[in-house]
Amino acid sequence: MLILECPYCGVKAEETELAAGGEAHLKRYGPGSSDDEFHDYLFMRENPKGVHFERWRHANGCGKWFHAARCTMTLEVFGTYTAQTSVPTQEILDKIAAKRPGWTWREFADGKK
Amino acid sequence: MSKAVSVLNGARFSGLATVEDAGLQGMITLRGDLGSKTLKAAVKAATGAEVPAQGSISVAENGAAAWMSPDELLLLVPYEDAVAKTAEVAEALKGEHALAVNVSDARAFFRLSGEGAREVLGKVSPVDFDAAAFKPGQFRRSRLAQVAGAFWLNDDGNFYIVCFRSVGEYVFKLLSAGAHPQSKVGVY
Ligand SMILES: [Zn+2]
Repeated sequence: MLILECPYCGVKAEETELAAGGEAHLKRYGPGSSDDEFHDYLFMRENPKGVHFERWRHANGCGKWFHAARCTMTLEVFGTYTAQTSVPTQEILDKIAAKRPGWTWREFADGKK
Repeated sequence: MSKAVSVLNGARFSGLATVEDAGLQGMITLRGDLGSKTLKAAVKAATGAEVPAQGSISVAENGAAAWMSPDELLLLVPYEDAVAKTAEVAEALKGEHALAVNVSDARAFFRLSGEGAREVLGKVSPVDFDAAAFKPGQFRRSRLAQVAGAFWLNDDGNFYIVCFRSVGEYVFKLLSAGAHPQSKVGVY
């Protein structure tokens, strides 16, 4: 059972109160982008065994979207943070680095700001 | 004008706990900046209650204000006053980025009382109802089995439950089944 703390309510919500929203921090490619960029934006997703960033919605609660950083292998949650950001917070990055030295995920990686 | 009737018109079930249709209740959804002085004053004027802290409900003599999200409150007022109070709140918040809507007839309202109340709610909602974890004054939006619902524990030891009127009968039957006299689990 996955338990995520909603950063807006402070509620420790379990999976059935949440709706999964797929991968976090996608960069949108729309009009003016190349076919490859648009293709990758639409279809290419990370599928890591380890550190992962996702969007979740507190559906049976405040209804708001937020971000979560967790490990897909152990279900360990590194933290949740608001949706009003395009990059994980430094606090989250530090926490992950402490627990998974050398981690990488898309353009984010251990030691990279 | 037709006669207003609450969702199950006073239905009642008694088992491990007592489940009751709590009757017509004025409810106003208010969205806006909860930190705004104007909004705080409007909430106070309409309900007599202060803007509640995150995850809680503040109850006054003739009304209450419940925390729904960082930008949303549920105001409880007497049913007969809901239309007028909605207009008053809207008027007071003119010029603010805010919205008040009378949702009284779109909601169902239940009271859950008695020894087994925590257990009955615990069967249908993924929330910790231990006495140390869920205290009077706490307000929580969650789910009641398959539908969305919100509830708080009143100072008098009763739980009050709010859900959409369209699923009112479902929630009443759900709570009644959870309160079946021979279904005691004894967790709380
Ligand atoms: Zn929330």
